[in-house]
Amino acid sequence: MNPMDHLIIAPILLPAFVAAFIVLALRENLRAQRIVSFVATAGLLAVGVYLYALAADGQTRPYLLGNWPAPFGIILVIDRLSALMVLLTGFLALVVVTYASGGWDEKGKHFHALFQFQLMGIMGAFLTGDAFNLFVFFEVMLIASYGLMLHGGGPARLKAGFHYVAINLIGSTLFLFAVGLIYATTGTLNMADIARRASEVAAGDVALLRVGALLLFLVFALKSSLAPLHWWLPTTYGAASTPAVAIFAIMTKVGAYSIIRMNAMVFGGEAGPVAFVAEPWIIPAALATLVIGALGVLATRRLVDLVAFSVVWSMGSLLIALGLFDVEGLTAALYYAVHSTVAAAVLFLIADMVTRRRGVSGDALRTAPPIANDALVSGLFFVAAIAMAGLPPFSGFIGKLLILDAARASAWGPWIWTLVLVTSLVVVIGFARAGSTVFWKAQAVGGGLVAAAPPPEREYDTPRAETPMMRVCVYALLAAVALLVVFAGPVTEVLEATARQILDPAGYVDAVFDPAVVPEWSR
Amino acid sequence: MELLLASGIGVLTAAGIYLVCRAQTFPVIIGLAFLTYAVNVFLFAMGRLAIDAPPIYDAAVKTYTDPLPQALVLTAIVISFGMTALIVVLALRGFLESGDDGVQANEGGESEGGRTS
Repeated sequence: MNPMDHLIIAPILLPAFVAAFIVLALRENLRAQRIVSFVATAGLLAVGVYLYALAADGQTRPYLLGNWPAPFGIILVIDRLSALMVLLTGFLALVVVTYASGGWDEKGKHFHALFQFQLMGIMGAFLTGDAFNLFVFFEVMLIASYGLMLHGGGPARLKAGFHYVAINLIGSTLFLFAVGLIYATTGTLNMADIARRASEVAAGDVALLRVGALLLFLVFALKSSLAPLHWWLPTTYGAASTPAVAIFAIMTKVGAYSIIRMNAMVFGGEAGPVAFVAEPWIIPAALATLVIGALGVLATRRLVDLVAFSVVWSMGSLLIALGLFDVEGLTAALYYAVHSTVAAAVLFLIADMVTRRRGVSGDALRTAPPIANDALVSGLFFVAAIAMAGLPPFSGFIGKLLILDAARASAWGPWIWTLVLVTSLVVVIGFARAGSTVFWKAQAVGGGLVAAAPPPEREYDTPRAETPMMRVCVYALLAAVALLVVFAGPVTEVLEATARQILDPAGYVDAVFDPAVVPEWSR
Repeated sequence: MELLLASGIGVLTAAGIYLVCRAQTFPVIIGLAFLTYAVNVFLFAMGRLAIDAPPIYDAAVKTYTDPLPQALVLTAIVISFGMTALIVVLALRGFLESGDDGVQANEGGESEGGRTS
């Protein structure tokens, strides 16, 4: 084994140690916390780039923890899909930690420690090759997200936080039931081993294994806010602090990733009686998600809620493509996943820029005095909204084209085309209405109109601008959206290779049980 | 014994689901605790029921019980214990700050329009 291959575990270890270090040594020193957190996240991004380059040769590399051979030990696996998600998380995390250092992290002592633990959980979920270990990393990710969600405090956050924690505890319970059923029927928890044995399960146990696979899908659907399990998302996102929501943009994708990993690969084409058990459910539910998300965008009265519902809507589009379970569909889903993560994060940051400039009016969608730097902020909002809604020339448009193109052969094709296009229009209207209320009507009434009675609690009493570094974060995310368009060709080629690798479980199994990987002592 | 165990898990789960659907935070927390008990016993049973059998290798012993579910249950217990502690604190803070222990998010904190903290 190449010594550099040990970097496969770095995305988990680095944030774990940094988080502990911040809690133990830097608890009272915010400045040092910011520096350490930023440097560590930059290091994480560098590791992500290295791992991405490593996996780009199309090989699947298992990493044996404690040098125990699979399936007896826990393994990490890096393939194109994991590497892509690790890289995306690293990039988003660096942007978010920079944005948070502009002032949001002052609202509680432990933002940076929680943030690093959050990264540890997300990275672990992307890298692990073991179903129970996936549960553990989900929990690490969720525990940290509870803390981040409550960052800043206040009754509204506590109430929404209770919902969020309760729904995820129920999800975790279902996850354990599913893992238990899978272990009872296949006798293993290693993903490659499950994939290998799923087709050989005794006839009497097939129903149980199907239940296990579907329960797993249910848990991941909850995480990726698939209707009717999406209700937690707008409440949580609407109440959480901006940097927390921005990093949560990747958490819905952890759900989507897990559906791809478990329901498209492990219980994929070679799983015999349990192959693609989620297929009949996922597209109808995703279509419902599209409709609900779009209606939410239209109905909401707050800018942050509007963005949250547009996230629900984008998850609908993503899961439709995913639900096709073929190369074109998965390629489209992966492209859309990258796009919607970046677009959602940038919209949340811009919503914060608007909120902080409006002072007492907050992010309510009603007329208020014009804000400072109106042209700049409205321009940024305009660009990000176009990207999210999927109008040309930004990445949302290309993602949508890929999805529609992939759906042509599907039996659900006409439904997908109709609903994707109609809901896109609804979302465009929602964003246009919000933008004109916040930016244009403000100018029409001039400075004369004072906001109605201020809400009892609010984030900002007086309007204030963001720091230049925070603006750089927004530019960086928008640049990523632009790069996704400019390099759409090469990116889709790479993602197509990724999709092919996912739909080849045999290659994954062979790589994990490759005799060359088995440690010498156990041969 | 199978019947006892299976119905025990069933009753715990049913009670948990019923309580989770209540509108007050306290029953919800108790319901979550019931659900985690149910899943812990369930996981334990997934290694098949074996009585008076050791979970570790010994040359003198003929039958074993599966040690892996026991390890899984330990992990699950630790996690659910931590989570229950967290949600109790959360519910208490919510009750103290807003004055009621309803589950509804829109009562108390959020007012019409405007980002609340």
